[in-house]
Amino acid sequence: MNQIPEVIRTIPLEYYLYFSAALFSIGVIGVLTRRNAIVIFMCIELMLNAVNVLLAAFAAYRSDANGQVFVFFIMAVAAAEVCVGLAIIVMTYRNIRSTDVQLLNYLKW
Amino acid sequence: MQEIVMPANNPEMGLLCLLVPLLPFIGFLINGLGNRKIAKGLVGIIGCGTVLASFLISVYLFFDFTSNGSRSYIVDYYNWVSVGNLQISFSFLIDQLTLLMMLMVTGIGFFIHLYSSGYMSHDENFGKFFSFLNLFMFSMLLLVLGSNYVMMFVGWEGVGLCSYLLIGFWNKNTNYNNAAKKAFIMNRIGDLGFLLGIFLIFITFGSVSYPEVFASAARMTGMQDSTVLIAITMLLFVGAMGKSAQIPLFTWLPDAMAGPTPVSALIHAATMVTAGIYMVIRSNVLYVLAPTTLEVIAIIGLITALLAATIGLAQNDIKKVLAYSTVSQLGFMFLALGVMAFSSSIFHVLTHAFFKALLFLGAGSVIHAMSNEQDIRRMGGLRKALPITFLTFLIGTLAISGIPPFAGFFSKDELLAHVWHHSKIMWGFGVLASFMTAFYMFRLLFLTFFGNFRGTEEQRHHLHESPAVMTIPLIALAVLSTIGGFIGMPEVFGADHILANYFEPIYDYARAASSTALAPLQVDHATEYMLMGVSVAVAVVAIIIAYAMYVKKNTLPAEEGTPLSPAHNLVYHKYYIDEIYNAIFVRPLMWLSGILHRVVDTVLVDGIVNGVGKVVMVSSRTLRFAQSGATGFYLLVMVFSIALILFLNYFI
Repeated sequence: MNQIPEVIRTIPLEYYLYFSAALFSIGVIGVLTRRNAIVIFMCIELMLNAVNVLLAAFAAYRSDANGQVFVFFIMAVAAAEVCVGLAIIVMTYRNIRSTDVQLLNYLKW
Repeated sequence: MQEIVMPANNPEMGLLCLLVPLLPFIGFLINGLGNRKIAKGLVGIIGCGTVLASFLISVYLFFDFTSNGSRSYIVDYYNWVSVGNLQISFSFLIDQLTLLMMLMVTGIGFFIHLYSSGYMSHDENFGKFFSFLNLFMFSMLLLVLGSNYVMMFVGWEGVGLCSYLLIGFWNKNTNYNNAAKKAFIMNRIGDLGFLLGIFLIFITFGSVSYPEVFASAARMTGMQDSTVLIAITMLLFVGAMGKSAQIPLFTWLPDAMAGPTPVSALIHAATMVTAGIYMVIRSNVLYVLAPTTLEVIAIIGLITALLAATIGLAQNDIKKVLAYSTVSQLGFMFLALGVMAFSSSIFHVLTHAFFKALLFLGAGSVIHAMSNEQDIRRMGGLRKALPITFLTFLIGTLAISGIPPFAGFFSKDELLAHVWHHSKIMWGFGVLASFMTAFYMFRLLFLTFFGNFRGTEEQRHHLHESPAVMTIPLIALAVLSTIGGFIGMPEVFGADHILANYFEPIYDYARAASSTALAPLQVDHATEYMLMGVSVAVAVVAIIIAYAMYVKKNTLPAEEGTPLSPAHNLVYHKYYIDEIYNAIFVRPLMWLSGILHRVVDTVLVDGIVNGVGKVVMVSSRTLRFAQSGATGFYLLVMVFSIALILFLNYFI
């Protein structure tokens, strides 16, 4: 990867930054405001992907393969996390017939 | 110059020297660890046997030493402490002084051990008692044998510890425990001085080993009475004051009589209390270079001798009289040291060890027969019931009173002759003290053994002579008290002063340091006969007065509570010294510690400790509410925390 492909160069690096910042913020707001556990999960995925985009962009612009390796790593971890998380959500739904996180206040003192 | 040989080619001698203190230590371990498991008979055999073996080895070492031309040597075992330029080796110095002390400590120690095996036979803690006695022998031998001040200090502390343990041996009695504590604390005050003296020696001479220190001191000929030498000698003397019960640190010794009587005989009359004198003689070169200190020592010794003798006049406890007599005799020894009569002083140490140990053991035998009665007002007429005790006690009393030819006469007379040469006034007071000695000792003897029996009927039936294990040491010590003085025959009688000649070499350094010091006594024969005549006459007069008062007129000491004349009252209450110390030192300290307890400990320290706990409790009670269990809130906290971390990361 000695040279940056022309196609990528046509879009400046800042655009990727703005885009992933926006995407990450949307994810954060979603996590904080939504009550449905599945939507919160999706928002977390948005945040992860915002980071992935940034990593890929930096990897391409700086000709460094490490960033792309991390992208795959994050994807693998995210997939594993989703497996566990969805299983928990399914179990919660079976028990309380809802996925509303506001009802999940069992983690008290 | 004193020659010191290192017998590196003679490991057998090294082993023998090591065995002397080691054997009692082994005895201590065996009896101490097997306290209640070993049979009493075996405990006695181990306890006495180890000391006897040490004594025999000491005798062998003594003859080996004299037959090899009396050359001192150091046995070096290993390098004990090595810090910077401080090198302290674990080594023994064998010279005239060491050997004499070894013989005295182990010899008298053996007799007292033997006596103890009879005296303490009814005690449930027999094994404990013997292990402490053996530990004491070990410490005392270490003190005597060590070839540097640090080893002396180790032994010094060791004997102090054993003294404490043995005074408080019957530790179920609070008074006895208090006496033990008093002895321990008073000794600590002295020990602080001794320790500071050792530090100063190291700073001044760069070493604590005797040969090096003395050799450097011997080269300081022009430094007579320099500040540093006075400081060193005074500090060392403070240590001696504590251990040898001199004014102002003497009140512990009479209280120490709370311990078992053999302990009083061994530790508080014959050995440990003479450690101070040993130390001064060992450091004779330093003291010769500091005449001012010597003068102070002489004065303190004289005052102690007088004061303790006057107190002795009015005491009614058989052991207390002997205790004050010990303090008084120690005062005599320091008086002799002060007038540079080192050999006379050690001579008196030796004879005093004989007769005072004898007197204490005799007193123990009386107490044993009287079923633990110690008040001489309840005794009387014991002469017939306890013939051996009476005879030996009489010999001891004659010896301490200075009646020829008993041991005390020679040593005390020689001592007083040196004092006469130094100062006529001091001599006068010395003779006065020795008059009182003869008086109170015969008062004690007459009240105990003459007249009618004044105890209860029960005690009268119980009266019996002590068993052989107790009378044999009495007899042996009586023999020593009778003939012991002949090793120091004065020149007037046309005999060699064996002891003084024997001690000559240990003053070589002192002679090198100061040409005028330690010159032979310049008293002509007429004067010497006169001095002897005076001291004997004084003693005889004292005895006659005591006889007239307590046998002819049969006066009895006043019972408790009867009004006494002011002077008598003052003496009877020991000049209220204990009360004065109580008011000056003990009460303010108690008051101060009360304040420290109430303010610093309860308020400050407890406040801090409890405060920390309270803060944690309160904060956790508050923070508990943050754990709401709502997932949304957790997420919010998490997001804000991450934001905060990023924010801080960016700006800091």
